[in-house]
Amino acid sequence: MEHHHKENFFTKYIFTMDHKMIGKQFLITGMIMGIVGVMMSMLFRLELAYPEQSFPILEFFLGKWAPDGVMDPNMYLALVTIHGTIMVFFVLTAGLSGTFSNLLIPLQIGARDMASGFMNALSYWFFFLSSVVMIASLFVESGPASGGWTVYPPLSALPQAMPGSGTGMTLWLISMTFFIVGSLLGSLNYIVTVINMRTKGMSMTRLPLTIWAFFVTAVLGVLSFPVLLSAALLLMMDRLIGTSFYLSDIFIGGEVLSYSGGSPVLYQHLFWFLGHPEVYIILLPALGISSEVIATNSRKPIFGYRAMVGSILAIAFLSFIVWGHHMFVTGMNPFLGSVFTFTTLLIAIPSAVKAFNYITTLWKGNIQYTPAMLFSIGLVSTFVTGGLTGVILGDSALDINVHDTYFVVAHFHIVMGLSAIFGMFAGVYHWFPKMYGRMMNKSMGYAHFWLTFITAYGVFFPMHFLGMAGLPRRYYSNTAFPMFDNLADINVLITYFAIIGGIAQLIFIFNFFYSIWRGPKASQNPWRANSLEWTTPVEHLHGNWPGDVPIVYRWAYDYSKPGYDEDFVPQNVPLAEGEESGH
Amino acid sequence: MNTVSIIVLIVLAVLTIVQVMRISEISSSIQGGKDNQVSEKDNDTQGKLLLLVGMGFVISVLVMYWAWGYHSLPAPSSEHGSEIDSLWNLSMLIINVVFFIVQPILFYFGYKYRGKKGTKAVYYEHNNKLELFWTVVPALFLAVLIIWGLNVWSGLMMPENEEEPIVIELYAQQFNWTARYSGGDNQLGYATVHEIAGANIVGVDTKDAYSSDDIITKELHLPVGKPIKFEFRSQDVIHSAFFPHFRAQMNCVPGSKTYFQFTPTKTTAEIRQDKDVKNHVAEVNEIRLAKGEDVWEFNYVLLCNKICGAAHYNMQMEIIVETEDEFNAWIKEQKTVAETL
Repeated sequence: MEHHHKENFFTKYIFTMDHKMIGKQFLITGMIMGIVGVMMSMLFRLELAYPEQSFPILEFFLGKWAPDGVMDPNMYLALVTIHGTIMVFFVLTAGLSGTFSNLLIPLQIGARDMASGFMNALSYWFFFLSSVVMIASLFVESGPASGGWTVYPPLSALPQAMPGSGTGMTLWLISMTFFIVGSLLGSLNYIVTVINMRTKGMSMTRLPLTIWAFFVTAVLGVLSFPVLLSAALLLMMDRLIGTSFYLSDIFIGGEVLSYSGGSPVLYQHLFWFLGHPEVYIILLPALGISSEVIATNSRKPIFGYRAMVGSILAIAFLSFIVWGHHMFVTGMNPFLGSVFTFTTLLIAIPSAVKAFNYITTLWKGNIQYTPAMLFSIGLVSTFVTGGLTGVILGDSALDINVHDTYFVVAHFHIVMGLSAIFGMFAGVYHWFPKMYGRMMNKSMGYAHFWLTFITAYGVFFPMHFLGMAGLPRRYYSNTAFPMFDNLADINVLITYFAIIGGIAQLIFIFNFFYSIWRGPKASQNPWRANSLEWTTPVEHLHGNWPGDVPIVYRWAYDYSKPGYDEDFVPQNVPLAEGEESGH
Repeated sequence: MNTVSIIVLIVLAVLTIVQVMRISEISSSIQGGKDNQVSEKDNDTQGKLLLLVGMGFVISVLVMYWAWGYHSLPAPSSEHGSEIDSLWNLSMLIINVVFFIVQPILFYFGYKYRGKKGTKAVYYEHNNKLELFWTVVPALFLAVLIIWGLNVWSGLMMPENEEEPIVIELYAQQFNWTARYSGGDNQLGYATVHEIAGANIVGVDTKDAYSSDDIITKELHLPVGKPIKFEFRSQDVIHSAFFPHFRAQMNCVPGSKTYFQFTPTKTTAEIRQDKDVKNHVAEVNEIRLAKGEDVWEFNYVLLCNKICGAAHYNMQMEIIVETEDEFNAWIKEQKTVAETL
């Protein structure tokens, strides 16, 4: 950079416009939100294993919402609601996409920064503000939002329906509004940067798959988040100024309300028009990260690069025409149900292609087991396990059996929750040296992976069996129905796994912060990887490269290429005489 | 005071771990450990662990099927239910075959190709034939599932009736269910929230001629072998009428009506004799006796399956399926709207 500003603490760490620092801000904020979200799940798992029993720890955390240590049903619903909101939006959307899109897009395409550093900073600060509002909503008198993370009206629109639909719900909507604005600013920036700022030689077909994933994710976000924004604003109007977008013919609290002509199902259409692409907004970055990590650590090119890009695009396109599969039992036109069944099951094809290509990438590889690699293989496993049950849920006729049961909880936690969080862990372990110039501790990484992998399946796999026994989700206690009494043991087992798994995350958090200050210094290219971020100096520069931006001559996957002594050929190495690039 | 000492303890514990970490890292760097880089030994250990734990997971899935598979709902008690279950079984078969092939391959490859010094990976970028193969094969299987699924779906959403179904309204409110039988005319009288008052809990318009023979009850009795068309309404928030034993589910949406039709095939008395149900009841009662709770007798039940507020978990209604004669006798005892309102 020609002029290098003097940086003080505030310009360097707080109001920074450097994409690398903004990425780290997203990561740390996402981690803090993640800790809150995971702790909540441990509290409600305790309730589910031992319903209506007294635990002092519940009173310690929940105060008046757990009188004598017994959790209030409203607080149970609040916990599942905020857990879902935090994990889906704050951890796996902002925390995952925000962190790695910011960190990697400029570094991997060979740009000095994002197209607009200011917009990028603004995007983080909207996210920060929305996190603060969301956390603040936990402490209001009438309790946080508790209508489920999808906040369907009328439940979420009427304070008479449940205490959580009071101030807590208003704050939830305000928080989400900020969140969406932040997300849109970020996404626009990512799109513009990827299209315009690639270095010389970096054609679209030479982009690492991470960038393809972030790029398509950003497009999905820009097209779908505005719809959620309008859904939220309409809901806000129904709540605050008495409009009837979603409400009609309601008798509650002993009186008829004056709303008429609205439809609660309209909200569901708007919500899921974002909601389903959102699943892929969460998942695609994780798949992108694992593509990179698996190729690098198998020391092989990713198998079927073009098919991988094609399947990302196919999944992204299909994700916009499948939202109705969340609504098979809302009474919508049966023909519409048929269409959504058809489009939904089509998604299985590009997903299968991705899974098989990952596995073939491992074949005849020379696999280097970094913690990142383990998490990526874990991702492939959960992606397959969870994806398969989607074939059941996407079929409208079968969905009737298990809609809104624990079968669904198992499905989306495994395919979306676990896969995405494994991708996020893989990303942190893999790019930690790039972020902090130090290495994370390997042994703790291994311990973290194995405990997480085992407990994660231990928590979510048994839930399929609960669902097949007909157990509905979002029940505060299963004791009201004797037919579920024989499932109590499974719930206890799940809770043990959940608590061990939750505590195991302390290993990661400790490793993370310990390594920031005390980890051994990283070399410039510790994983012997090809992509451009490893050509930048370990010490961060605003502007990324001290001299000229490198020129790209090949794709990012020339691992173990015949004719080279080393098993990797970075993208900025010119083609040898007679060598064909192929890309 | 207690909290303070806990915090102090945690801080001390973290500091201890930090010191232990430092010592171990210093000692490993003295012994020539390379900056947390992956060694050949790590690849060996982790590759073997992956196979071990991975196959452990695959086997534990088998164990779960064996240990918990029988918890699944008993055979369906409705006509369309067995169609759904056949499709369910085929889908489960396909996804389980894929699961038990793909997962072991993944873990085996992870083990087999664990990094070794001196080996070089094979440069293998793509293979169009192979990729086409695993695009087309899933597509074929999905085509079967889609076509069959759509068939079942349209059959149960748009049933072709040989006889006129009995119309029953299910009315949802926080946190209970009310049934309204359409009476001799098989037509429900008009109802609206504006008419709700006193005993008129579902808001029947008593001026509507169709309403006079309607019957409002808190128990749901159904005649076996007769098609029943349910109309769902809700008073306040969205609820969902979930009949797990009949493989039926439909949301109840305030401001509009929704429908679902099914034909019960087993009376309550018959299902109580079902082998799976008997085992289930025995198992549950063993647990209940140990806890000093009442003995449970199996009943069909209607659950709420859409989050609707604090007592969502306890919004239920008993369903009694009986012979036509029993049903007729029961319904004769009930008072009509004209008599009660």
